Amino acid sequence: MRTTSGPTTWSREIIERRLGTIFKVLSILFFFVITAFPFYWMFNLSFRPFGDVLVNPLRMVPRLQDLSAVFAPLTCLGGSQSEACQTAIRNSSYAAVLVNFGFLTYIRNSVIISLLTVALTLLLAIPAAYAVTRLEFRGRDAMSWGILLIYMFPAIVLGIPLFVFFVRIQQAMGIRLRGNLYGVTIIYLASTLPVALYMLRSYFPTIPRDLEEAALIDGCTRLEVIWRVTIPLAIPAIASVALYTFMIAWNEFLYALLFLVETQPSWTLPLGLQQLDSQEVPRTFLMAGSVIITVPIIVIFFFFERFLVRGLTAGAVKG
Amino acid sequence: MAAQPGAIRRRAPSLKAREARLAYTLVTPTLIIVLLIVVFPMIWNVVLSLQPIRLENLPTINLLDFSDLSFNNYTRAITARGGRFWDVLRVTFVYTIGSTILALLMGLWAALLVREAFPGRNIFRGFLLFPYIAPVVSVAFIWKLMLDKNIGIVTLLGARVGLPPTSYLTTRTLPVRLFGLEIGLPLALITVILFEGWRYFPFAFLFFLARLQAVPEDLYEAAAVDGATPSQRLWYITLPQLRAVAGTLFLLRFIWTFNKFDDIFLLNGGAAGTEVIPIQIYNWLFARRNVGVSSAVAVIMALILGVLVFIYLRWFVVEED
Repeated sequence: MRTTSGPTTWSREIIERRLGTIFKVLSILFFFVITAFPFYWMFNLSFRPFGDVLVNPLRMVPRLQDLSAVFAPLTCLGGSQSEACQTAIRNSSYAAVLVNFGFLTYIRNSVIISLLTVALTLLLAIPAAYAVTRLEFRGRDAMSWGILLIYMFPAIVLGIPLFVFFVRIQQAMGIRLRGNLYGVTIIYLASTLPVALYMLRSYFPTIPRDLEEAALIDGCTRLEVIWRVTIPLAIPAIASVALYTFMIAWNEFLYALLFLVETQPSWTLPLGLQQLDSQEVPRTFLMAGSVIITVPIIVIFFFFERFLVRGLTAGAVKG
Repeated sequence: MAAQPGAIRRRAPSLKAREARLAYTLVTPTLIIVLLIVVFPMIWNVVLSLQPIRLENLPTINLLDFSDLSFNNYTRAITARGGRFWDVLRVTFVYTIGSTILALLMGLWAALLVREAFPGRNIFRGFLLFPYIAPVVSVAFIWKLMLDKNIGIVTLLGARVGLPPTSYLTTRTLPVRLFGLEIGLPLALITVILFEGWRYFPFAFLFFLARLQAVPEDLYEAAAVDGATPSQRLWYITLPQLRAVAGTLFLLRFIWTFNKFDDIFLLNGGAAGTEVIPIQIYNWLFARRNVGVSSAVAVIMALILGVLVFIYLRWFVVEED
């Protein structure tokens, strides 16, 4: 490092500070544009008729008449099947996607599969993570390492044998696991369980042991301690695990593609959206579908940002 | 636990045994699920890779017939289509390393920005996380549309400032003249790398930010007293503090990008020189309907990954401790 006398250092300090401020402002603008604009553009395109997008691809804001066309089908909510209503639905990207392209069903499927995944993940991960952090047993370290290993394991590598397995189960026992939402939930656990175990495993040690031991001395059994002391104290971590698991299941695409694609009534939102990606479907419909799938996640995120950010970095940053 | 009455000492092992039994009970359901959907498929995948199985024979073939095991699928995987495998491997490495480094650099840059307070910082931080939390399906389609040759806003605005008005996701090579030399830029590959950098920098950002906020303030004060300028403080104080996090992040992002199927599949299906190993596995399974070769490529991928992670942990992490 250069050791200079006072005045020159000061001037360098000032120059660097000024340049730094300019650079910082520009950088903030840059990041704001690259993160916010794509989502703004998604909304913009979703509200405009595809014909107009083709003619004026750079129009920044939808026209009023475009917006009223999008919302026009709302007047048909009473259940009118009239010709005018059918046309209104066809001309409104959102209504078309929801009604004509089956997104109402996909929303239902996605909600079911995501909630079920959350419930199953918590049910399995909380006791297992507790055992790994608090109880002594042979194979504890192996289990800890195993969790980490699964975390890293390629989903597509598991996909092939599971696919084969599902085909054969159906063949041999007549159990339809493929194309069955509930069957596929079990596979979703492959991507949520390791995350949940990992996050809980790093949170449980922060709960003071004394509290648990006091409850034990008071005559509680271990299970009661877990239920009455540990779980209530771990609620913040459990909440963030639940939110993460929900988001992973909601966003999950590969397993849905492998196991659900042949049965349209079981499609989830990501799969339904991907299947919309063809030349026959106006791109604006694709964007309306994207809005439908993205908005719930962004809403969840804004409500629970603190939980989520803490949960994500919990235990992973060590000094 | 030195001087305990005999009664307690006699009870102690049984308590320990009871605790262990409880532990097994608590762990067993998870263990069964993991064995069923992770361990068992992992092992069976190896068996499948040694058998000649095609997709259409799947429902009828006897999968437990082990008389015909061979490495033919592996030979086929590596030599088929004029050794395309090596191209795919090379693309996978370029894609993985490029995206990982880009995501880390952008994450670091963003973290340095957000470290100091400014008006609207919390909202800004929220926006920064959007690309990471939004469903991959929708962000892939948004970018696909923004990069469309005819109606994509990025393409159209880019053309105004002199960028080529071409289809970024489906142009394999773009000839450019650089210092009088004609070189072919792998445009589609660069585009998917930029997408990955954009999508995953928030992950690196969060970890860098958490680490930055833990750097003791007096380090900076001492440096300022010693006359270190902002750039010197960044270079000599901040960055060294981030080395360990950067190492962890690199490993995590490398592994996850190496395995990544969704992003490229949704952006352009692996066209125009962006076919990576996970896409190739999928193509062997559904486009060429060959379960055996598909599993063989999957085993090769898992092995490569395992070896790389082992080397990394062995040579890079140990010396930091």
